[in-house]
Amino acid sequence: MTTPALELVNVSKSFGEVKSLHNINFKVEPGEVVGLLGDNGAGKSTLVKVITGYHAPDPGGEIYFGGQKVDHLSMQKARDLGVECVYQEKALADLQSLWRNIFMGRELTTSMGFMDVKKMQAETERLMQEHMGFTSKAVSAETPVKTMSGGERQGIAITRALYFQANIIILDEPTMALSLTETKKVLDFIGGIAKAGKSAIFIDHNIFHVYPVVDRIVVLDRGMIAGEFMKNEVTLEELIERLYTVARTGTYDKSDGAVLKNLEVPA
Amino acid sequence: MTANATLGAPNQKQASGATRWLRRYALQIGITLVAFAIWIFFVIGSPQTFFSRNIYAAFMSTTPFFGIVALPLTMVVITGEMDLSFPSIMSFGMLVFSTVLFATANPWLAMVACLAAGLAAGFLNGWLITKFLVPSLVITIGTQFFWRGVVQVLTNGTGKSLLMTRDTLFYNIFVGRINGWFPMQMIWMILVALLTWVFLNRHRFGAHVYLVGDNKESARLMGVSVSRTKIMVFAITGMAAALAGMIASLELSYYWPTLGEGYLLNTLSSVFLGGTSVFGGAGTVYGTFVASFIIGAINAGIVAVGLSGFWTQLIYGLIIVISVIVQTVVSKKIS
Repeated sequence: MTTPALELVNVSKSFGEVKSLHNINFKVEPGEVVGLLGDNGAGKSTLVKVITGYHAPDPGGEIYFGGQKVDHLSMQKARDLGVECVYQEKALADLQSLWRNIFMGRELTTSMGFMDVKKMQAETERLMQEHMGFTSKAVSAETPVKTMSGGERQGIAITRALYFQANIIILDEPTMALSLTETKKVLDFIGGIAKAGKSAIFIDHNIFHVYPVVDRIVVLDRGMIAGEFMKNEVTLEELIERLYTVARTGTYDKSDGAVLKNLEVPA
Repeated sequence: MTANATLGAPNQKQASGATRWLRRYALQIGITLVAFAIWIFFVIGSPQTFFSRNIYAAFMSTTPFFGIVALPLTMVVITGEMDLSFPSIMSFGMLVFSTVLFATANPWLAMVACLAAGLAAGFLNGWLITKFLVPSLVITIGTQFFWRGVVQVLTNGTGKSLLMTRDTLFYNIFVGRINGWFPMQMIWMILVALLTWVFLNRHRFGAHVYLVGDNKESARLMGVSVSRTKIMVFAITGMAAALAGMIASLELSYYWPTLGEGYLLNTLSSVFLGGTSVFGGAGTVYGTFVASFIIGAINAGIVAVGLSGFWTQLIYGLIIVISVIVQTVVSKKIS
């Protein structure tokens, strides 16, 4: 049994009267890609914000990174622990060059804060060839990222996270509004995360995007974990069937295979 | 169009190197061509004036009065903010300068106090903007009135003669003439330009300036302190305003409480004419530098070619409107 890269125990989150998360027990193993599925308002983004230290969980909830309990998780602490978020709209600075985006906020400096531009450009060129699949001579480390496609941009953000040794990469709807070929590119990048031995949480409401690249699927509904499926135990068709059940009833009907939790419907 | 001015030579080995270089520096090349075209126009209109060095000495003596502010103001605009208070900070800095000068008779001490006052006034702008999240356009209209008001109340609207500084070492360092004609303030403007360039392009701080203006959400998520970056650019601009006010007053050997009035639009036009985007995230030191001289030269140039001074504003207007439209269209084309 390995130590999970991340584990949440009994995590709830309330905003005044509204309880967004109910006793969530959630873990991510090293090298595992977990799909987090759920409708709008299911609590996906609240859960992510707890993991990234943006929201503190309600008292009683516990967060473990690599088996170590972490109290008072802050955004900085989460970053230091290797949590990195890839948001589609918030990941990159469009007008800036590729190398400036790769080293955003983590510029390599020589002394007194002066940047080692040559080294950052060289590293970027290397990453472009080895990880991002940029072979065209028309693209260089100096190219502004706004000239790149949606899939390429996600690839840059994911490559950046891997380059800086992120342990857990959170992908918030990375394929939203992307074409089929672009989506394929992003899914390949996500496959690369597991290959690099890192974990990922892939958040989406599109089961067709999540299913092919994940190891395990967690379904969130109205702030609770409504179902949890190992991918090798459930076919896509069965999964879709179950998701319909969850959407209608808030729980998933207790037949075979899946782990069930929190069946009571919130008041 | 990328704003990351001038990072090493383009890779000549690649076939697309030249095109890429043209694309990257399109706005800088554009502003250079505009400056050149205006210069040709002036030379044809008045060859005897524009082939003598006197006219250039004149440009170089007056353009730094606002150019020294326009350069760091470029950084403020790159972060997506705006500063309208620097003309008043110029005067406020000089109020401190003259007060310390008359109390201690030490111009060096007066200068330090003057720069510190400018830095503090700029810091206040940045702090108010980042602490209370009020748009900088609005806050700096307020501080613009406030500092001008402070000056008026404390001086009763009367100026002070700075004749005692004339021809001292201090005077010569800031506004003396090298070889009897080359104005020292030009050296200071070049120094400010070099410093701004180095910090903007070679220092982590400058990288954060671009990132904050381009996408402050991603900058924040990647651990860049948006507030600290903004406060710093405002503080630096405040200090530069105090320096520019001091140089302008030394040149005249007189401190007018109205110092800085009339520089607001010249300075802002230099920044925007230089290709800095009002939306933030893009802008260059080179563009602002050249644009300052375009703005600084038009007035004298128009008179020299025999048009009346009344043409000045009309021509400013045409150049600014046309250049900014062309820049926008070119920027869109390139991407």
